[in-house]
Amino acid sequence: MDLKTNYLGLKLKNPIVPSASPLANDIDNIKKMEDAGAAAVVLESLFEEQIRHESKELDHYLQFGAESFAEALTYFPQANDYRIGPEEYLKHIKMAKDAVDIPVIASLNGVTVGGWIDYSRKMEQAGADAIELNVYYIPTNSRLSGVEVENLYIDILKAVKAAVKIPVAMKLSPFFSSMSHFTRRLDENGVDGLVMFNRFYQPDIDLENLEVTPNVILSTPHALRLPLRWIAILYGRIKADMAGTSGIHTAEDVIKMLMAGAKVTMMCSALLRNGIPHIKKVLDGVKTWMAEREYDSVNLMQGSMSQKNVADPSSFERANYQKALQSYRPNI
Amino acid sequence: MSRLKVTIDGNEAAALVAFKTSEVIAIYPITPSSGMGELSDQWSSEGQKNIWGTIPSVIEMQSEGGAAGALHGALQSGSLATTFTSSQGLLLMIPNMYKIAGELTPTVFHIAARSLAAQALSIFGDHSDIMSTRQTGWAQLASNNPQEVMDLALIAHAATLESRIPFLHFFDGFRTTHEVRKMEQLSDEDIRAMINDDLVFEHRLRALTPDHPVLRGSAQNPDVYFQGRETVNTFYLRTPKIVQNAMDKFAKLVGRQYKLFEYVGSPDAERIIVLMGSGADTADETVEYMLSKNENVGILKVRLYRPFSIEHFIQAIPRSVKSIAVLDRTKEPGSIGEPLYQDVVTAFTESLDSDDAKFKSLPTIVGGRFGLSSKEFTPSMVKTVFDELNKSRPKNHFTIGIKDDVTNTSLDFDPDFDIEPAETIRAMFFGLGADGTVGANKNSIKIIGEETENYAQGYFVYDSKKSGSMTTSHLRFGKKPIKSTYLISKANFIACHQEVFLEKIDMLKYAIKGATFLLNTHHPKDEVWNKLPRPVQKDILEKKIKLFVIDGYKVARETGMGGRVNTIMQTCFFAISGVLPKDEAIEQIKDAIRKTYGSKGEEVVKMNFHAVDKTVENLHEVEIPDKVTSDFELPPVVSDKAPDYVKSLTAEIMAGRGDFIPVSMMPIDGTFPTATTKWEKRNIATEVPVWDPEVCIQCGKCALVCPHATIRQKVYDEKYLENAPGTFKSTNFRGKEFPDMKYTIQVAVEDCTGCALCVEVCPAKNKKETRLKAINMETQYPLRIPERANWDFFLEIPEIDRREVKVDTIKGSQFLEPLFEFSGACAACGETPYVKLVSQLYGDRMVVANATGCSSIYGGNLPTTPWSQNKDGRGPAWSNSLFEDNAEFGLGMRLSIDKNSEYARELVAALKPEIGDDLSDAILKADQSDEAGIYEQRQRVDDLKKKLESIDKPQAKRLLHVANYLVKKSVWIMGGDGWAYDIGYGGLDHVLLSGRNVNILVLDTEVYSNTGGQMSKATPRAAVAKFAASGKPLPKKDLALIALMYKNVYVAKIAMGANDVHTVKAIIEAEKYDGPSIIIAYSHCIAHGINMAKGMDNQKAAVESGHWPLFRYNPDYRKEGKKALSLDSKPPKIPFEKYAYMETRFKMLTKSHPEISKQLLKLAQEDSAYRYHFVKKMADILDGETNGKNGNQ
Repeated sequence: MDLKTNYLGLKLKNPIVPSASPLANDIDNIKKMEDAGAAAVVLESLFEEQIRHESKELDHYLQFGAESFAEALTYFPQANDYRIGPEEYLKHIKMAKDAVDIPVIASLNGVTVGGWIDYSRKMEQAGADAIELNVYYIPTNSRLSGVEVENLYIDILKAVKAAVKIPVAMKLSPFFSSMSHFTRRLDENGVDGLVMFNRFYQPDIDLENLEVTPNVILSTPHALRLPLRWIAILYGRIKADMAGTSGIHTAEDVIKMLMAGAKVTMMCSALLRNGIPHIKKVLDGVKTWMAEREYDSVNLMQGSMSQKNVADPSSFERANYQKALQSYRPNI
Repeated sequence: MSRLKVTIDGNEAAALVAFKTSEVIAIYPITPSSGMGELSDQWSSEGQKNIWGTIPSVIEMQSEGGAAGALHGALQSGSLATTFTSSQGLLLMIPNMYKIAGELTPTVFHIAARSLAAQALSIFGDHSDIMSTRQTGWAQLASNNPQEVMDLALIAHAATLESRIPFLHFFDGFRTTHEVRKMEQLSDEDIRAMINDDLVFEHRLRALTPDHPVLRGSAQNPDVYFQGRETVNTFYLRTPKIVQNAMDKFAKLVGRQYKLFEYVGSPDAERIIVLMGSGADTADETVEYMLSKNENVGILKVRLYRPFSIEHFIQAIPRSVKSIAVLDRTKEPGSIGEPLYQDVVTAFTESLDSDDAKFKSLPTIVGGRFGLSSKEFTPSMVKTVFDELNKSRPKNHFTIGIKDDVTNTSLDFDPDFDIEPAETIRAMFFGLGADGTVGANKNSIKIIGEETENYAQGYFVYDSKKSGSMTTSHLRFGKKPIKSTYLISKANFIACHQEVFLEKIDMLKYAIKGATFLLNTHHPKDEVWNKLPRPVQKDILEKKIKLFVIDGYKVARETGMGGRVNTIMQTCFFAISGVLPKDEAIEQIKDAIRKTYGSKGEEVVKMNFHAVDKTVENLHEVEIPDKVTSDFELPPVVSDKAPDYVKSLTAEIMAGRGDFIPVSMMPIDGTFPTATTKWEKRNIATEVPVWDPEVCIQCGKCALVCPHATIRQKVYDEKYLENAPGTFKSTNFRGKEFPDMKYTIQVAVEDCTGCALCVEVCPAKNKKETRLKAINMETQYPLRIPERANWDFFLEIPEIDRREVKVDTIKGSQFLEPLFEFSGACAACGETPYVKLVSQLYGDRMVVANATGCSSIYGGNLPTTPWSQNKDGRGPAWSNSLFEDNAEFGLGMRLSIDKNSEYARELVAALKPEIGDDLSDAILKADQSDEAGIYEQRQRVDDLKKKLESIDKPQAKRLLHVANYLVKKSVWIMGGDGWAYDIGYGGLDHVLLSGRNVNILVLDTEVYSNTGGQMSKATPRAAVAKFAASGKPLPKKDLALIALMYKNVYVAKIAMGANDVHTVKAIIEAEKYDGPSIIIAYSHCIAHGINMAKGMDNQKAAVESGHWPLFRYNPDYRKEGKKALSLDSKPPKIPFEKYAYMETRFKMLTKSHPEISKQLLKLAQEDSAYRYHFVKKMADILDGETNGKNGNQ
């Protein structure tokens, strides 16, 4: 049985990749992921803010109150070398590369074109096999048009593509007016892969303290539907490889995503909830399913249920809405 | 050989040599010597090696006495060992110094010479400490400037090995230790060439070792001790020659020739001054000037003060000399002259006693004192002394530099006399501590020193506050060597980095004609002239000053620099001064930025670069109109309402005119009135809290946490609102305890530091706009005038009757008047809320023994004190003895109060027939356990005093003097963890077991905060501190648990930010307990590297992580069979790491030593879990014990 797949030009032994999460901050976890069968690993994102602010923050607190009072001209010993966030991240890439044989995909998260993009080059130098760009952007400015928002993504993509030779994937938000048009633009600007979709952590309100609180809710399998639809729609229309992420919890989820057209499926919540060995369980499930249905290769199923290849393409479109509602019977 | 030119301070110069020539370095922090130890520790942790290729081992001890003991041991065991200290620290080393010298042990201690605590402590420089050790048998070698510090450090290390006499190498605290000077750095080869390895081997051969066992340190008896003491004479006799030989060898090697006694001046001078230390450089400069004016003068710089070589001394003095002034930088009250004077007189007298005596008769020799506590010593003073020597009978035992109008010792000098060469550029910079001015100027002087041919010098003056403090930088540079060891008083360039200073300080008085003035202002260049105060405009016109302006605030804001205008103003200085071509200057500034900030990441570097680039385009020269247009005069320093004492003395010090205060105006015994901070009105906050009565729930938390007592609440009758200012806010009181009363929270906006702690803890939110609370920060300036009136009105509203308040609640305690207010502590200080709370609860009957440290500085550093008084004139009486003896000091107070109280009671009993049974019995049996009891007893004592006046018996008079002791007094012993855990622990331990009723408040910041963040035994594992650069590897000492083991001690561990009610309760219980109590209070601190506004959150996290379990142990409960140990915080609910990551002290280790950090944080997590578990188990055990036995141990 051939589980191999190609993603961003990387030859992967199977289509299961742990997506960016804190799990990958620990080299031991990355080793466990490889042992459990992961085909590649995406490291947790290095944030633009981290790059911009960490050194400023350290400088601020180390010098705060210094040179103000004759007895305490400083408050901390001097260290000649600090490994500020980015440096530590680069070291982490190197360590991950040394520790495992599977490809290591670095992740860069930011919203502006600026100096921090240099870190994509440093990631490449540190040994990353590819870069996943995560543009986490909430356009709150009412004067900013949709085109301008899209241009922001394109500009960042171009800047990173110009900086590195390794493949660059872009993790997208599902909130674009015209996903097809926008993904085509990304495609034209050389994106190597699209990771669909980014799960924005939505804020909550703490009624006790009247504060907005960022609490993380892990995904459920239902979250799968949104990327599934768009991967199915885009399959065959763009050159970029697609990765399905959000709501991948079981072997069935993986298979559905592949059939929709994904080259790889990415898991995060399922691993946080069930632990890293869950990869093996899902992988075994995929194998069993394939064996039972006599699929020789992953390749065979990739895109088989895409809009292009299904019997009723409209099932991915508006018409489908009507059917879906009709099928719903409230539990009264 | 060409040597590296460096621009460093005296401390670094000494440390460089000491580190290279030592194997063991034992230290203890004390200003101004701490820098030497810190650098040694830093180099050791970086793996730097000494000249023998090994990394010196650096250890921080629990006191200077401990450091001396450890060194004694290291030296006896064959190591080359050194230390650095100052002042009281040196005094603590004296016992060991006798031993080390008696055993002929080579070593060098490098001393930042500093004043001793007498009528007051002073951190500044003089020779009082050095002179207190001249009898110990140590050689004493004086350096006069940073270059000499490096040179003579090496000469001392070389000479000690050969002479076997230990050396004190000393130089003036601050003036030399902290002066940044361009100098030549000695190379390792230089050091190797001077240090004779054979002598090192000899030292090692004398080591105590079981392989060649000997006994050293015996006890000797009358038969032989005397002879034994005389055995060392030959060593002392040969030491001067050894030192001179080392100096000569050094001269051949390096080119700088030193002499034991170095004469500078006319070869046939008739008048000479003898002195040592930094003042000698100024004297040298003045002599050079006076020679050019054909004055026949000279000075003798004493370098080797002990052993004093009469032979070399006499040799150095010109035969022509007729009169000599010997200047001592110390005072020995009651002596017939200060030590150097007496030595000179003796030396001359003895020298006459030979056939070939150089002098056949004694010249006129007078002694004088100068420069105590870094008092300025200027060319004018030198000239004055020389002029005095011209008189037929020059004044003896004079003082110079002050006005002594009591015993008339002082010589008058001309403050305008100036001899500085015109070609030396002199620049003064007035900045705020927080704006980075000093750091930038240190970089500037380094650039000038290291990148140009100029000689360069930088010296920095700080004020006495820890928040909103002003710094003044004095930079000199030019083609001529700089010998001026005094502050600049005539400057070519003056920069004002904060425009508010223009209203407070007359800085242009320092400007010479044609000087340049650089002003950071938010006013556009075309408008700035009219915004200047009138005196500033006048000075600019009269002195034809060129004015440059920049809106540095704007540039800082736009380039992400926040409030730090340092880089911007530095760039302006280079752009205007032309000391370097513009492009080169900018390149050098950027290079310095890279060196300063590079280690902290590229972004900070880029931000500073950006600021540099943006500066030049925003810098403008202002065209000066031809007339004064402003009518804005500088406001008076203090209000007209201030008492005369404050106006005449305190205000003068505040205005920077303390140098002109005559002796007659100073208190004779160091006693000062309290309640003086309230006259300062520092106006340092840009934003202040504003109360919203609609939203307020009247919980009192804002007042509780306010570190500066600038937020107060009052409850009062409506009638008092009658004449309220229009903007005065008031609302109905919400509680049941005071029905129909009014309630106000008032902010003293002119005293507030703007720290925002109050806003952070305010639990009430505006229901319409949840971003708002009941206290919100708003811009101070527009509020200043109306709130000044409101504050004054608020103070007039009567304080509540203390008997009516539930003092054990937050709200209730905050109705009590704080008698600790507006201290100079850091904004958002974590210690002062506790101190203030204690003052609210017991201030009207408390005595405070305060250990040296932050609390003694914000509590007792002139010009003002925050310790205050109530309307009856009662308030805390406060004193600071030393760092190490505070527990004993407080115990002494208790003993005295108890004795006086006991005596008073005895007298009451004896006078019962005259006083009357009722009053006597009521007094003797009074219950004073609460405010009502105290109030009633005070009434009785007042009655008693009245009666006593009419009783004609000696006992009545005696009772009158001690009657106040019949009212209960509360003794508080306060200090930081450095005192309680380390240097004062022995005494503290003893006091805990004394059984006496003292209350010990340990303000635990887990680090030596006052001296700049050195590790103490309270420092938690994994935290970075000085002397724990790689994270503290061992856990925090648990002082609370140690105290708990004694059973008879009330113990509480509190953290206001975690549980404020618990804090109040614990303090009340501790005070109530009739025995020793210790409260250990978690105090967030600027030295933790945290957002201070959120300090209370850090406290909470410390508790929630288990790092700081809250508990109370009450021995009374144990006796009563109740639960004695109450664990008052819940089991850890957040990992230690989460707490740690809120603080730079832990977080920086993850950046500097990630692997070590991981291990230590894991262990720290275990420490926290264990600590909580241990207290819980203890509580269970004690609970079981009382339940089982039903009490009474």
